[in-house]
Amino acid sequence: MLSKRIIACLDVRNGQVVKGVNFEGLRSAGDPAELARRYNREGIDELVILDITATIEERRALADTIRAVARELFIPLAVGGGIRTEGDASAAVEAGADKVSLNTAALREPALITTLARRYGSQAVLVAIDAKRAGDSGTDRFSVYARSGQSAAGRDAVEWAREAEDRGAGEILLTSIDRDGTKIGFDCPMTAAVSQAVSIPVIASGGAGSLADFVDVFTTGRADAALAASIFHYAETSVRSLKQYLQERGIPVRL
Amino acid sequence: MIALIDYKAGNLTSVRKAFAAIGAELYDPASPGDLERATAIVVPGVGHFGATAALDRGWAAAIRARVAQGRPLLGICLGLQWLFAGSEEAPDCPGLGLLAGTCYRLKGSAQGARDAIKIPHVGWNNLAIAHDAPIVAGVATGSQVYFTHSFVAPVTGDTVAVTEHGEPFAAIVQRERVAGVQFHPEKSGEVGLQILRNFAHAT
Repeated sequence: MLSKRIIACLDVRNGQVVKGVNFEGLRSAGDPAELARRYNREGIDELVILDITATIEERRALADTIRAVARELFIPLAVGGGIRTEGDASAAVEAGADKVSLNTAALREPALITTLARRYGSQAVLVAIDAKRAGDSGTDRFSVYARSGQSAAGRDAVEWAREAEDRGAGEILLTSIDRDGTKIGFDCPMTAAVSQAVSIPVIASGGAGSLADFVDVFTTGRADAALAASIFHYAETSVRSLKQYLQERGIPVRL
Repeated sequence: MIALIDYKAGNLTSVRKAFAAIGAELYDPASPGDLERATAIVVPGVGHFGATAALDRGWAAAIRARVAQGRPLLGICLGLQWLFAGSEEAPDCPGLGLLAGTCYRLKGSAQGARDAIKIPHVGWNNLAIAHDAPIVAGVATGSQVYFTHSFVAPVTGDTVAVTEHGEPFAAIVQRERVAGVQFHPEKSGEVGLQILRNFAHAT
């Protein structure tokens, strides 16, 4: 049976892992290669390196960071942040990324999804969608934001996920801006809405705080994978204890 | 030295890195004639079966000749599918035909269903070892490996390990010196490296 994946995200700035709340207020969490090594030992299923300030500061994902992490790890590695062109994607892939994550660039130029899917295969193209609940908290509409959550893209998350799939995306990385770093749980209704609308896997992100949050996102949220950062970085929860907890509750995981 | 055939179906950085990690030396054959010196051959690949059209009659003949001389052959992902007669994904494109059977698309389940079986099949899944073979030496039933694909090869007498995703399919095949893995051993942690070692040690 296909396991639900646990993915650790390394938000990287200037070669260091950092983490903020609601996309702001960053604090350092260590060296990327060091953290990657620890997660791999604990049984992480996949890693995502996001150069979080790349879009704003016009900086490209750091090939050195990718290389350092990819050198010794033999699990899937996705890289995002600052991938604007086919050339940026190819630099990340050459450095050792198995998947590239497109966010702002895909919104601006959706054809880039298809270009990269044709060149590297759909399995290598992840479309990251940062979304926020629109209007009152009771409504189930989700608006897409670009530029690290700073500007409204004028798109609906469900509809954009469908388009991304049609254009050749292999997976959707769906982040709730409302929940990012808050540790109050994933936005399960949003995740379920997107997951049911596409046939490609949906990785839920934003809000992981407790072990029970992961059970919720894999059941009511219908997520195929869950991504977290803070909960792992500060060693609040080890990857292995999370997976044991999930297994005890009937969620298939790789242990 | 092991020949890694790059026919431009996906990036091979991770495959090269994994072989380097187990101490196996690779080279890039520029032409079918360049397979003369291969101690073993790896056919990788991701994406559409039609991409294997780049492995034209010259390549296929040279690979068959080396296999006939006892050189091990390993197909990875699309490379495993190419070992078979062909695939419903590209009916006009013949496979190498060293293994009997035709590849087909996983059925999956209706979109939006609870516990939906999504296609493509992406992620870590179990291996059920069907019978002992050199390629799975030291690999236990229940070991998990990383898949990303929509098409599969049928379970036949050559199937060494079976995986289920709504239906059983061939995760590992081996017939004498010809082996294949549907998953990505270069992305499957220690289990994947063990399988690559088993292949490299056969050379």
